Amino acid sequence: MQFMLLFSRQGKLRLQKWYVPLSDKEKKKITRELVQTVLARKPKMCSFLEWRDLKIVYKRYASLYFCCAIEDQDNELITLEIIHRYVELLDKYFGSVCELDIIFNFEKAYFILDEFLLGGEVQETSKKNVLKAIEQADLLQEVSYLFSSLGTSMFCSCWGSLSHHSYSFRNYSEACLACSVHPFAVY
Amino acid sequence: MVAPSLKLQDLIEEIRGAKTQAQEREVIQKECAHIRASFRDGDPVHRHRQLAKLLYVHMLGYPAHFGQMECLKLIASSRFTDKRVGYLGAMLLLDERHDAHLLITNSIKNDLSQGIQPVQGLALCTLSTMGSAEMCRDLAPEVEKLLLQPSPYVRKKAILTAVHMIRKVPELSSVFLPPCVHLLHERHHGILLGTITLITELCERSPAALRHFRKVVPQLVQILRTLVTTGYSTEHSISGVSDPFLQVGGHSSKTMTNTSPLSSTQVATNTDTSRNAGNAVLFETVLTIMDIRSAAGLRVLAVNILGRFLLNSDRNIRYVALTSLLRLVQSDHSAVQRHRPTVVDCLQETDASLSRRALELSLALVNSSNVRAMMQELQAFLESCPPDLRADCASGILLAAERFAPTKRWHIDTILHVLTTAGTHVRDDAVANLTQLIGGAQELHAYSVRRLYNALAEDISQQPLVQVAAWCIGEYGDLLLEGNCEEIEPLQVDEEEVLALLEKVLQSHMSLPATRGYALTALMKLSTRLQGDNNRIRQVVSIYRSCLDVELQQRAVEYDTLFRKYDHMRAAILEKMPLVERDGPQADEEAKESKAAAQLSEAAPAPTEPQASQLLDLLDLLDGASGDAQHPPPLDPSPGGALVYLLDLPCAPPPPAPIPDLKVFEREGVQLNLSFIRPPENPALLLITATATNSSEGDVTDFICQAAVPKSLQLQLQAPSGNTVPARGGLPITQLFRILNPNKAPLRLKLRLTYNHFHQSVQEIFEVNNLPVESWQ
Repeated sequence: MQFMLLFSRQGKLRLQKWYVPLSDKEKKKITRELVQTVLARKPKMCSFLEWRDLKIVYKRYASLYFCCAIEDQDNELITLEIIHRYVELLDKYFGSVCELDIIFNFEKAYFILDEFLLGGEVQETSKKNVLKAIEQADLLQEVSYLFSSLGTSMFCSCWGSLSHHSYSFRNYSEACLACSVHPFAVY
Repeated sequence: MVAPSLKLQDLIEEIRGAKTQAQEREVIQKECAHIRASFRDGDPVHRHRQLAKLLYVHMLGYPAHFGQMECLKLIASSRFTDKRVGYLGAMLLLDERHDAHLLITNSIKNDLSQGIQPVQGLALCTLSTMGSAEMCRDLAPEVEKLLLQPSPYVRKKAILTAVHMIRKVPELSSVFLPPCVHLLHERHHGILLGTITLITELCERSPAALRHFRKVVPQLVQILRTLVTTGYSTEHSISGVSDPFLQVGGHSSKTMTNTSPLSSTQVATNTDTSRNAGNAVLFETVLTIMDIRSAAGLRVLAVNILGRFLLNSDRNIRYVALTSLLRLVQSDHSAVQRHRPTVVDCLQETDASLSRRALELSLALVNSSNVRAMMQELQAFLESCPPDLRADCASGILLAAERFAPTKRWHIDTILHVLTTAGTHVRDDAVANLTQLIGGAQELHAYSVRRLYNALAEDISQQPLVQVAAWCIGEYGDLLLEGNCEEIEPLQVDEEEVLALLEKVLQSHMSLPATRGYALTALMKLSTRLQGDNNRIRQVVSIYRSCLDVELQQRAVEYDTLFRKYDHMRAAILEKMPLVERDGPQADEEAKESKAAAQLSEAAPAPTEPQASQLLDLLDLLDGASGDAQHPPPLDPSPGGALVYLLDLPCAPPPPAPIPDLKVFEREGVQLNLSFIRPPENPALLLITATATNSSEGDVTDFICQAAVPKSLQLQLQAPSGNTVPARGGLPITQLFRILNPNKAPLRLKLRLTYNHFHQSVQEIFEVNNLPVESWQ
């Protein structure tokens, strides 16, 4: 995949993920043109179109357009599945996701996408695993808040429940005393 | 006390609350000022929040470059929150064009080697999104180490990062090749998928890798088989199809290794196609079959799958089916033909991209057996299709008609139909093609001219149609008036009606200048074809002598002169055209006129260009030659050419044995002599100077000499020194012929002279005998 764009019916950009290096100006230009092209499509038209030398796969979910640009040799139908999977992930995470969720929590939307796709390719096909990873990361974020307020910013190198983290450690390589028996748990 | 900074959500709300663009800009500018101040002050606690706000503003399109250094600071921080936002910022704000991006290399290295898993994940993600070539080279060892980590979470990310690295720095393939085979034995789907992607990428880059991985194909097949046949786990499947992503990956990697997909048939039968996921997998099998050298049976299977897709109610599936069939139609023509009726039905699609694909495919499917039926469908489509497809459809129909026309009459009918339906959309050479076609079909002249006349009488707005019709009426007007053609109902056409119609075309504001030219010329031609007197025509012609359009004016003047001064030549000039050569320049009356009436200039008419090769037909070349002897138009030589030839000519004295001159022509005191020169340094070259002298009492005017040589020789004519030889030994005309004879073929020369002498026009064609042997040996 070369890039993914999310935009509203009015053409406002809600998320942009670029997997190819382009200058800011070029990105803006591409975004503008593509948004115009996709918004001009009638509702009954098919989800694929050819634009410049790329294949564009887009799908509309409520008020948001999800638009991916893939290369010639990529499978369009599976890209539709990718888009759908991403929406499902968002839905599970936010609980009946709507556009406002994505607007106000745009950074979360990015984090979820980064757990599902990496470098333009699917990295994890299990919904459960993706959501679990996000959960753990969110937890870690809260923990780091907790510790920063306590004056420490170190935490052990395992995933665990909050109860393990009642110790403070000096460096990353030390394992938590409580969880050294469960290294790299979870999966 | 500085006011506490806005939380991200509050800022978003405020921005959304702005009623106008200007208000929004104000809010954002104010906030950006705060953010900048905060960055300057270096507040570590709220830095991540400030950056998050900045990223939001960046997405709205406002500049955010001053946040780049803050990303670096956040990444280097030890707090997870900071790192998360910092890496996100790096992915959004930094890219390989900025030098700043290299600064995060060190942080990434630290995080990769010492960080906890989520941090490693962040680092890998960022590296694979915006990592430049330098970064990839620096960090390759770290990523390689991570490939061997026990945790699948990090490993799968490391694998995909390796894919990105190989794309950026192909030399790293050697680093990442060894672990692949081992990784295929993993059970974790994410790792498998990543590994397959990595293998695919490696194979794309180097054939050596390809050979290496051929060994693992059985492995891949095994994975696929397991997925398809055994029960699936709910977490990986989509509506009953186990892990379609992995299946697709498996197939595409097999494409790379060019092996026959034994499991394709299994997949095809087992996969549930009621949902898109199943169709996606099926489609991938089709792509695999198409891309590798499959057995014929498999290819037929692929075509049949696509045929089933065509009947699917989902528009997307139909689209991919049409696109893929287009790729297959060249190689598996007969298989695709079986689905022709379905494809033709797809022409009726409302979606323009679908109907365009269907059109392309239909045109590709036309062959000699189905051409009549297909043409009917396509013509019906032409009448109703959206305007942007019309041009393609029209030219497609014309091309197909050309290739497969069963009879000439059918061909002419088809072209006529296209011109009437979509006349404005046809290509420029359609007119020329049609005139050439009609010209060649002698038995159909009467038929064509009648049909064209009828079409023209109905509608004079479609320019190509009008042009062809005008030309036909001009050429075959006599047939039009005869009144008896068995193929169309008899139509009594009056001379006056024909003239009136042509005049209408001339005067209509819809007619292009080119069309007017055609009409005027047609009128002229009718002056010889029709029985009635020519006053009406003469009137029209003289009106246009003062037309504002230069082209028309010139023609009108020429024609008028034809009436007044050269009436005796009019019939000869306006004879029926000989058949034009295909792919040659288009038929053109000017060619005739410029040859005959030398006083008329030789400007080109707008749609067609006169070429002197037209003169080929008229010169009736040497028997030995196949009529392809070249000679450039003697009427427009290149002035620079003289200079070149001068330089080519030897400065040294003429060769030791000069070739004797030859007198080739003599008539009533007008004489033509040839003198030969063979420059010693270029044995293949022969220079002939033709000299025309006049010892008679009358001037020779408009003298033109043309020459032709056999095919194996090359001839170039220079500009003559003039075209008048005054009487009683006045200054002769000289002209240089340049002949290249590399094969030393026997020289034969045919000359054609035209000039005016004693108020008579003289034309002589003759072959030069007694050419000296030294001129070519």
